[in-house]
Amino acid sequence: MTKTITVDDLKSLLNVIAEAMTRERDRLCELDGVIGDADHGIAMELGFSAAAKAVAALDSATSDPTLVFNTAAKAFLNAVGASSGPLYATALMRAGAVAKGKSSLTDDDMVDVFVSLARGIQDRGKAEIGEKTMVDAWAPAATACRAAREKGMSLEACLSEALAAAEAGTEATKDMVATKGRSSRLGERAIGHIDPGAASATVVVSCFKALFLS
Amino acid sequence: MKTKKLINDGAAAVDEMLAGILAAHPRHLRAVEGAPRSIIANEGPRSGKVGLVIGGGSGHEPTFLGFVGKGLADAAAIGNVFASPPPDPIIECAKAVDGGAGVLFMYGNYAGDVMNFDMAAEMLAMDDIEARTVLTTDDVASAPIDQGERRRGVAGNVFIFKAAGAACDLMYSLDEVERVARWANDRTYTMGVALSPCSLPQTLRPNFQLGDDEMEIGMGIHGEPGIARGPLRSADEVTAELLDRILGEMKPKRGDHVAVLVNSLGSTPLMELYIMMRKVKMTLDAAGIEIHLSLVGNYCTSLEMAGASITLMHLDDELQRLIDHPCDCAMFRSGEVLR
Repeated sequence: MTKTITVDDLKSLLNVIAEAMTRERDRLCELDGVIGDADHGIAMELGFSAAAKAVAALDSATSDPTLVFNTAAKAFLNAVGASSGPLYATALMRAGAVAKGKSSLTDDDMVDVFVSLARGIQDRGKAEIGEKTMVDAWAPAATACRAAREKGMSLEACLSEALAAAEAGTEATKDMVATKGRSSRLGERAIGHIDPGAASATVVVSCFKALFLS
Repeated sequence: MKTKKLINDGAAAVDEMLAGILAAHPRHLRAVEGAPRSIIANEGPRSGKVGLVIGGGSGHEPTFLGFVGKGLADAAAIGNVFASPPPDPIIECAKAVDGGAGVLFMYGNYAGDVMNFDMAAEMLAMDDIEARTVLTTDDVASAPIDQGERRRGVAGNVFIFKAAGAACDLMYSLDEVERVARWANDRTYTMGVALSPCSLPQTLRPNFQLGDDEMEIGMGIHGEPGIARGPLRSADEVTAELLDRILGEMKPKRGDHVAVLVNSLGSTPLMELYIMMRKVKMTLDAAGIEIHLSLVGNYCTSLEMAGASITLMHLDDELQRLIDHPCDCAMFRSGEVLR
């Protein structure tokens, strides 16, 4: 079953992510406190709250999905800075580019949006899988989502596959030595701890899935 | 258990601090119109002078904005606590201080800062403002010497920014300022030790755990784990260990000159810093190294973290001249008088 994803659906998506980050803030800060500087949960809450607030102010009747994504990108970036600012802002701008010219999105478009988010993060951060970053959740999630769609699965099923892959990818960061980001200076000492950026990416993916659960 | 802080609202801490700083230093500092996180020197911009823009997360005061003023940096872009500023305030700083000779960005080497400053530089290029970048990487503990470009920038910033700021004030070209800045960074070495954690105003939770009788050598200024955790030792033993690593890399000859910084990470008092300074002097005397300038105090802090860092800058004639060049900033004054 295919349904149309509207500007209001995308506004809801950003709102659901913002609420999830508020709930998860302290857990993400604690994860970051072990191998970093303990502020990741704060940055993610701040960024998605600013993004949700900015898009809520858009007039749904005259806005298109590209405007929603670009508005969210700018708001996230200016509220946060840090590492997550440029990473998620680039992701959201890529989503905006994929949606260009469309007044609403199909399930196929949404898969493209999801994959482009992951691509944007990877391009901006120049990280590969296995470097103990958010890419370890985003990249396998995007691959799984795309593969499921090519098998003809529903958007909901695609996002379930994506979430499972993000969770597995996050868990796998436990055994990794970081080579990118702030924990890359730890060497072996980062082993045994999951990457907070991968953990928050999984929260984002879970929100996609929750919203499109029909 | 929550930590105790004199704040009103954790989320407002940075902006309220900035309001206080502007209230205290109206002779030195002002915010760019419409850009409250872009703090510039009242002096300037000067036509034909390279503009020096520094910046980074809050929580390290007097780094960064305390070093904005004549003879040092022209502007500081201010981020949230321990978080890089986004591109917008960086761009506003650069536009405000551009004197037509280009702009140099200098900041500590952290992934977030690099992405935000690079995005700012790309956007400035579209407005025909050339912004180059020199990262500071003075933290000896943060990566092996053969991976020096991965090292973090920490308290040594003050010497490195000082040398580059003096070069700007002396009207060096952008090429020459960049060369001096890289050279200053190459010659500056810092090692730190942490005794107790700090906590972010938004969480009021200690950002790492350290046993009552433990210390951590090499911990970063955001609480990033260091290279060795062990029982707390005496000031002389710790100072000797920090200096040993620094001198091992610096390889000074007898008769060489250095600038010394003994820096508090926040709550370690001057008494302890001067006890460390005493050992620094004894060690350098024994090695025949002359202290040309010494700074002791809070220069690059990590909120209320307890601990200290030692920085040596290996001077040559040019760096010594630049370090001696007068500067007049909100929280730092220097020149012949300090020697």
